[in-house]
Amino acid sequence: MSRLHRALLRDLWHLRGQVFATALVVSVGVGAFVTMVSTYRSLAAARAEYYSTYRFADVFASLKRAPDSLAVSLRLIPGVSAVQTRVAENVVLSVPGLAEPASARLISLPGGEQGGDSLNRLHLVSGRYPAPQSDDEVVASETFAAANSLAVGSRIGAILNGRWRELRLVGLALSPEYVYEVGPGMVVPDNRRFGVLWMNAEGLATAFSMKGAFDDLCLSLARGASSRDVIDAVDRLLAPYGGLRAYGRADQPSNRFLTDELGEIEVNATYIPAIFLAVAVFLVYTLLARLIAIQRSQIALLKAFGYANLRIGMHYLEFALLIVGLGLAVGLILGGYFGAGLIRVYQQYFHFPVLRYRLGVSLILFATAIALAAAVGGSLTAVRRAIRLPPAEAMRPEPPRSFQAGVLDRAGLMRRLDTVTKAIVRNLARRPWRAALSMLGIGAAVATVVVGRFMFDAVNALMAVHFDSAQREDVTVTFNETRSRGAVTSLRELPGVLRVEPFRVMPALIRAGHREERASVLALRPSDTLRQLVDARRRRIDVPAKGLVLTRKLARMLAVGEGDHVFVEQLDGRRRQFTAAVVRLSDEPVGLSGYMDADALAGLLGEDAPISGALLQVDKSREPALYASLKRTPAVAAVSIRSATLQTIREIMNRSFILMTIVMTGFGIVLVAGVVYNSVRIALSERGNELASLRVLGFTRGEVAQLLLGEQALLTLVAIPVGCALGALICRLLVPAFDRELFRLPFALTGATFGFASLVALGSAGLAACVVGGRIAHLDLIAVLKSRE
Amino acid sequence: MSASRIPLPVMQVRGVSKTYRLGEVEVHALRGIDLELRAGELVVILGASGSGKSTLLNILGGLDIPTRGEVRYRDHVLSDASDRELTRYRREHVGFVFQFFNLLPSLTALENVELVTEIAEHALSPREVLERVGLGDRLHHFPSQLSGGEQQRVAIARALAKQPDVLFCDEPTGSLDYPTGKRVLEVLARANRELGTLVVVITHNAAIAAMANRVVRLSSGGIAEIRVNPVQASAEAISW
Repeated sequence: MSRLHRALLRDLWHLRGQVFATALVVSVGVGAFVTMVSTYRSLAAARAEYYSTYRFADVFASLKRAPDSLAVSLRLIPGVSAVQTRVAENVVLSVPGLAEPASARLISLPGGEQGGDSLNRLHLVSGRYPAPQSDDEVVASETFAAANSLAVGSRIGAILNGRWRELRLVGLALSPEYVYEVGPGMVVPDNRRFGVLWMNAEGLATAFSMKGAFDDLCLSLARGASSRDVIDAVDRLLAPYGGLRAYGRADQPSNRFLTDELGEIEVNATYIPAIFLAVAVFLVYTLLARLIAIQRSQIALLKAFGYANLRIGMHYLEFALLIVGLGLAVGLILGGYFGAGLIRVYQQYFHFPVLRYRLGVSLILFATAIALAAAVGGSLTAVRRAIRLPPAEAMRPEPPRSFQAGVLDRAGLMRRLDTVTKAIVRNLARRPWRAALSMLGIGAAVATVVVGRFMFDAVNALMAVHFDSAQREDVTVTFNETRSRGAVTSLRELPGVLRVEPFRVMPALIRAGHREERASVLALRPSDTLRQLVDARRRRIDVPAKGLVLTRKLARMLAVGEGDHVFVEQLDGRRRQFTAAVVRLSDEPVGLSGYMDADALAGLLGEDAPISGALLQVDKSREPALYASLKRTPAVAAVSIRSATLQTIREIMNRSFILMTIVMTGFGIVLVAGVVYNSVRIALSERGNELASLRVLGFTRGEVAQLLLGEQALLTLVAIPVGCALGALICRLLVPAFDRELFRLPFALTGATFGFASLVALGSAGLAACVVGGRIAHLDLIAVLKSRE
Repeated sequence: MSASRIPLPVMQVRGVSKTYRLGEVEVHALRGIDLELRAGELVVILGASGSGKSTLLNILGGLDIPTRGEVRYRDHVLSDASDRELTRYRREHVGFVFQFFNLLPSLTALENVELVTEIAEHALSPREVLERVGLGDRLHHFPSQLSGGEQQRVAIARALAKQPDVLFCDEPTGSLDYPTGKRVLEVLARANRELGTLVVVITHNAAIAAMANRVVRLSSGGIAEIRVNPVQASAEAISW
């Protein structure tokens, strides 16, 4: 080891506090980057592998009913490589141990055989497939079974096509169609109350009178085929059979959620590490600049001895590289550890046969390159200064820091301040860039904490609008097919039902110019109070007697506004078509819909106002009896219970958002503490003599601390509003990422969030300041009498 | 001589020794010092480097405590005082003038003085004190805009502004050129004369001794000689 290297290690040890703080910021930045990128890659790889091994279909479609022979025509569509027709039904289940009725998607298995060229193949976790001739054996999704403590051999009750049946679980499986297992229209998985069941095609077709026919299909595309063209061709073929528009993988709910989640990880993997590495660059710069200032005479001596500029430059660059290298090493370990942890968290929501955590060599190299770039970036200016220092000048001590009356003095603003505050303000103003960057570093931390709480606030705001204003029913009952209004009477007679508001949901294709969207049109009555349309300020919008109200998001997708006309094509029943004026736009945060007056819609369709289901207001005390009845009500295809949904959402929020808050708060603490600790240490190093002489003059430790820490206190106080604004801006930029068809997160941040972020900043700044502040007690009062500068 | 005619001792030093440990070696910086400093005196403590004069100043100034012996300031015992008590002693009774001035570079001349008067109980007007040291026209200059002599005079003004009972000056001319140094000494002598402040100057510059009431010469940590000057020379009259 050369002498210079030994000096390097000694310097590192001497400055260990700042080295540690800087390395910590680097390690968190690298850690966050590695965690998120490795999680992203692991999930993406697991998805790709799952989809290809289990032959996840490319195009999906539902229809009313078509003969099996149509499959031949479907297979002949150019670009189609395989077609799988099936029967898929929504059913209500009675699950042992679950008070409320559960909903399930019951899907037929092709010919009882698995393998071959079938699409969406199951991954059998335990048990077996239903026996060829069985009509009561089912395979259940493992997630649903686990949530309800069901196992192979368990029995569940179900209403199949109006008849009560007991089904036997013979196997548990996973399906690429349900990596994210949500029911129709659901945003968060409720694995107790929604599941997927697979049954023999034969048995299922018999139960639903679908022998020789199908009502659902999926197909795969040949290499290079256009999904758009195939979908159009499928739609044309299915139109006479009550086809409900085919859709590609991008719109397949499970895949869509997974894609959205990956997109979110990608966003987080970009801006969070970027903040940390920017702060790390700043810390490396200040640390190195100070070190070089302290070692001026040492540098001069080395130059006088004949050390080349390049060698001296390398010496300081090595110093930066060692600090960042330390942070990098810790960051890689942290990243690997938390990445694996995050994958375990994702396993609760996304179900793969194999979800292996991968931390590839390429990612390690990538993270290393970024960290090294940060080290070089941070040290460049300071190192250049060391190189340029002429030996003769460097032998002299650094000239005293010069101050001049600044803008603040000239404006007379300083006059009112006490002397200590003047000194603080001038010290900050003398190095405006350093002050601004410190402030930004602390501000970025505040912003990080704000962003960490954003989901919490936004989802709370969404739920407030959705559950308090838009959907106020206690229970939603959906029939397996449209019924006459008479069905309301039987619902009214169910135990505990206080109010029944029937609704009609018409699946439709809404067209405007060359744009078209598949959406449902909900028919409501003026007297309805449970389901309400709301505007952006949560005020009720009355359904107009004529014309259509569109969800704002849907209107945007169709590029229409109030006053425009759209073309509506009914996808069920008689497939009527009509033109309707868009009268208003509504702002409900969940789902995409058109809304019409029930009588107006019935008139347009020439129907006798049939109903698809009903919204119920119920007496809480009689809920168990109501649920028991609903489990055995023949015509019911799905039951959704508000309190259960709310509870599920709360559980998920508590699980994942609190984790998010903790992680982001931890990030904030590291950033603030890193910046403040370094700044105070540098201030102490620069002004140690100044402060010690004040102690000699009789200033107490507290007063000296005020002078030393006042700068950081002031910066932190300024940084808090800046950080809150920055955080709000980032959240505002994140909002479009959550502007989805299924739900739209509002831009909402509460005072509690800003307060919390401010407290985190103040607390961690205070903590860092205390750690350094303790050194004031050890200021050398005697040395100051004899030393210069 | 009756006790009532001699000024009362402000500080009493009895049998003070100071020992440092430097690695394996014990350094005896002071050995059994006895000394009294009286109100209104100008005392010069003279000694070569290593004579212990700085150590003595540190102990008198409340920056350090002796290993043995007793130091009293009026009725306070400093030799076993806590850090807090020593801080209060320095704050309320002592003024310091450093060799390298040690002004806050971020504050103007006036503000440097104000910094101290803000925490003092019976402070003089900062402007007046600065005028007294001849800097009435430099009030709003920052240290980096002042010459060394001017900076030292700001430091003296800072020390005097709180009306200390004792003013300790550590090589006050040590980093100044000859004429500037003399100017600074003049200011110190005037403060002693006009304000009656007990001024203690430590220096290795023997010429300065001529302006003292008493000269204490230290050698190897002990007092070699205490000399009383019957007549004090003016700062102008001395030369080195």
